[in-house]
Amino acid sequence: MSRVRQHQTQDEALLFEQSSPGKIGYQLPPLDVPPVDAEKALGPELVRDDIDGFPEVSEVEVIRHFTRLSSWNYAIDLGLYPLGSCTMKYNPRLNEAVARIDGIAGAHPYQPEALAQGLLRINRTLETYLADITGMDAVTLQPAAGAHGELTGLLLIRAYLEAQGDARQVVLIPDSAHGTNPATAAIAGYQVVEIKSNDRGMIDLPALRAAMHGGVAALMVTNPNTVGIFEQDIATVAAVLHERGAQLYMDGANMNALVGVARPGDFGVDVMHLNLHKTFSTPHGGGGPGAGPVAVRSHLEPFLPLPRVQETGGGLRFDWHRPLSIGRVRAFYGNFGVLVRALAYILAHGGDGLRNATVDAVLNANYVRRGLESHYHLPYGAPSMHECIFSDARQARHGVRTGEIAKRLIDYGFHPYTVSFPLIVRGALMIEPTETESKRELDEFIAAMQAIAGEVESDRDLVRRAPATTRTSRVDETRAARRPVLIWQSE
Amino acid sequence: MRYLPKSPTERAAMLAAVGLESAEDLFASIPAGLRSREPLAIPPGQSEFEISEYFQARARESARGYACFLGAGAYGHYRPVVIDSIATRGEFLTAYTPYQAEISQGVLTTIFEFQTMVAQLTGMDVANASMYDGSTAVPEAGMMAVRITRRERLLVARALHPEYRQVLDTYYRRQDLPVETLAYDPDSGRLDLQDLEARLSGDIAAVVIQSPNFFGIVERVQEVAELAHRHGALLVVAFSEAASLGVLAPPREADIVAGELQSFAHPPSFGGPYVGILATKKRYVRQMPGRLVGQSVDSRGRRAYCLTLATREQHIRRARATSNICTNQALVALMATVYMALMGKRGLRELAEQNLAKARFLAGAIRAAGASLPFSGPFFNEFVVRPAGRAPGAVNDLALRSKIIGGLELGRFFPELGDALLVCATETATRKSMEDYARCFRGAVNE
Repeated sequence: MSRVRQHQTQDEALLFEQSSPGKIGYQLPPLDVPPVDAEKALGPELVRDDIDGFPEVSEVEVIRHFTRLSSWNYAIDLGLYPLGSCTMKYNPRLNEAVARIDGIAGAHPYQPEALAQGLLRINRTLETYLADITGMDAVTLQPAAGAHGELTGLLLIRAYLEAQGDARQVVLIPDSAHGTNPATAAIAGYQVVEIKSNDRGMIDLPALRAAMHGGVAALMVTNPNTVGIFEQDIATVAAVLHERGAQLYMDGANMNALVGVARPGDFGVDVMHLNLHKTFSTPHGGGGPGAGPVAVRSHLEPFLPLPRVQETGGGLRFDWHRPLSIGRVRAFYGNFGVLVRALAYILAHGGDGLRNATVDAVLNANYVRRGLESHYHLPYGAPSMHECIFSDARQARHGVRTGEIAKRLIDYGFHPYTVSFPLIVRGALMIEPTETESKRELDEFIAAMQAIAGEVESDRDLVRRAPATTRTSRVDETRAARRPVLIWQSE
Repeated sequence: MRYLPKSPTERAAMLAAVGLESAEDLFASIPAGLRSREPLAIPPGQSEFEISEYFQARARESARGYACFLGAGAYGHYRPVVIDSIATRGEFLTAYTPYQAEISQGVLTTIFEFQTMVAQLTGMDVANASMYDGSTAVPEAGMMAVRITRRERLLVARALHPEYRQVLDTYYRRQDLPVETLAYDPDSGRLDLQDLEARLSGDIAAVVIQSPNFFGIVERVQEVAELAHRHGALLVVAFSEAASLGVLAPPREADIVAGELQSFAHPPSFGGPYVGILATKKRYVRQMPGRLVGQSVDSRGRRAYCLTLATREQHIRRARATSNICTNQALVALMATVYMALMGKRGLRELAEQNLAKARFLAGAIRAAGASLPFSGPFFNEFVVRPAGRAPGAVNDLALRSKIIGGLELGRFFPELGDALLVCATETATRKSMEDYARCFRGAVNE
């Protein structure tokens, strides 16, 4: 049965357009203390006029507004979301429930340590499990997202090298890397030098050796890399760096391929970040919140952000006395609610279960690859891990590019794969199904992709006009950028 | 396993389809020496019941049923249930960043509304889709000012949240950007304008202040702005208590506003996830970090939204991006959007006035118990108090006996205020709990 079907959805005005003076969506309890006149309490010059343009709507309208809007979104709960390197897996609902438990959600970051023992225990347990999973010696949970973890990691490297006498100037980054890697290196004060990948999509060892010099602080590598291939020379790469006193940073975006199977600490990685909103199932929420814990080998441990959770005879406490620490990267202790969800996920799977999940993730990617390799060009023949990457080379001959194939996939009821990334593959289709997809869902996806490959040859305009079945057709992105309208204004 | 939707038969069929004999063969490309020989040292998978019990037990080892007078960057406000009704809808909860506009209009539209309400609230022209939190929004605002002015030095108020300041130091130290501290006036608790004037010069990129500042006191933004602008510096105004904007004049004179919207969105949750905001003047929009949603039309001419001005961002500009930020706090921003929609213009004002009233009542009760307020500047919902004849820690120890978590002991961040507490009362503080806490300053409870 095909999923393609038209259905109607209503238009929905913005909150501001539904506003009418005097409508309310709240009621506060009566004040049990004497009221205060704001102008008298603060001085008239400090008191604001009305919040100009701010909406006034009722509770019913709020529920309908956001519920209607929600129906205009695609989501994992609706089906396969095969964005490569994004690991869009099922977000267990239990995780949402436990993060909202009173005593967890209501905890204030400055409440006394004696009244926060359970919370510190959650942190400590998660740190221990993540250290085990990565094969590293210590973990900080403070970074708020992957890119924030990258920054933390590079600051750790910088501090470590500085302590040796020289922070160095250069960070090497493969041309297949995520955009956050070079952006982070620049913010950490490093100059970025790109390393070309070899014809197998992997780090080119001769190119790496040629780029090495005493000013290189680190190499940032994603493993498996962004073409979904395990960097087989990773141990040699680490040795090449370490010989010259440089550090190996691993971007853990693709850790879903390795959990329970292989540990970056065993490859010679010195520091890495994890994305809890990818590998550990915390919801992406339309773009966050995430969490980007950073795991390090022991030589970097003294530099980790403040504070650290410490085990003492009388319980857990925060350790603030760490003179070598890079300082804080975020107020308080990280996105704690996200950490709670990730721990719930780890507990649900258990050690063996986490490995089983990895097996299914890699199996799913290879199953999709097998189903599509006769229809789409496979630029690299090396075995795929958790994702597979095709190019639009065959379809481009008919004038159809990856972005258009992606839009047509929407008509078949699926979210597109990652389009045109990694940059080293011209016209890339980057597909990561994750382990939480059934065989049936994958079969439907494969059938849809095969059908589109056929349409490219038989009716390419159909593909180029896609999507045809969505309530919003192609959005004019050029117009949005040329004449930016970033807030609503009354006419 | 309940999260893995495959039967053993299906798994076997799929393995066969890819031409492999065993699951282990899937990992053949990992050199054998690099594959784990030991299983993970994590206990076997647990049921929903067991996991729920585990977290209930951890929660019991935390504070439950306490009245709390802590603020200092994390505020306990009442959250209407509608927030989570909306935010737990799978269509919002389990969506990715809205790159595919045609099937992401829900997220895009709510972000556009968020940007609009943040701009209205702060008196700025534009706001972005969110930052991680207030503490990381502030250094991003500073770096933005450095790019705009092409100057490097920052002057940062000492009464900026000390943890925000620590984050800023971490970011700036590594970029060799010089940061100087601006004193607060020991009488008013406000920024010392003379110190500001003395330190301003032609090479200052920005002056960074917080209002209400860490001591809860409202700054004179307009005067600070005039001084900063006279020297060609930008003014960055930070805030950690969004509820104050329901009553306080917005920092219109600022060039960049960086703040924390936790009060509107999320319970304190031991420090996160929160939601940072960054708002600015129209002319600086291309120097902004983070995601922006813009209005456009679809191919049939209907209003539609999409991510825009992406050439500022890391996935396009790479090493030359305005920031490395990628994932931000979209779901918490959605929570704030729902809250602001429910409260509306009148609700935010009423909420702010209740906070003003509660904090003044508590301040009065504590003063009546013999303690003093060292700062004379006007405060919003938190204030500094100096107990008489008793250490701040002793006051709080006494309070704990009545299941009250008292204010923050300031000595931790301000040695010169080692004898003082920072106390907060939001609309959730009851008269009874405030009277009980005030009594601890006198020392009559259970003694």
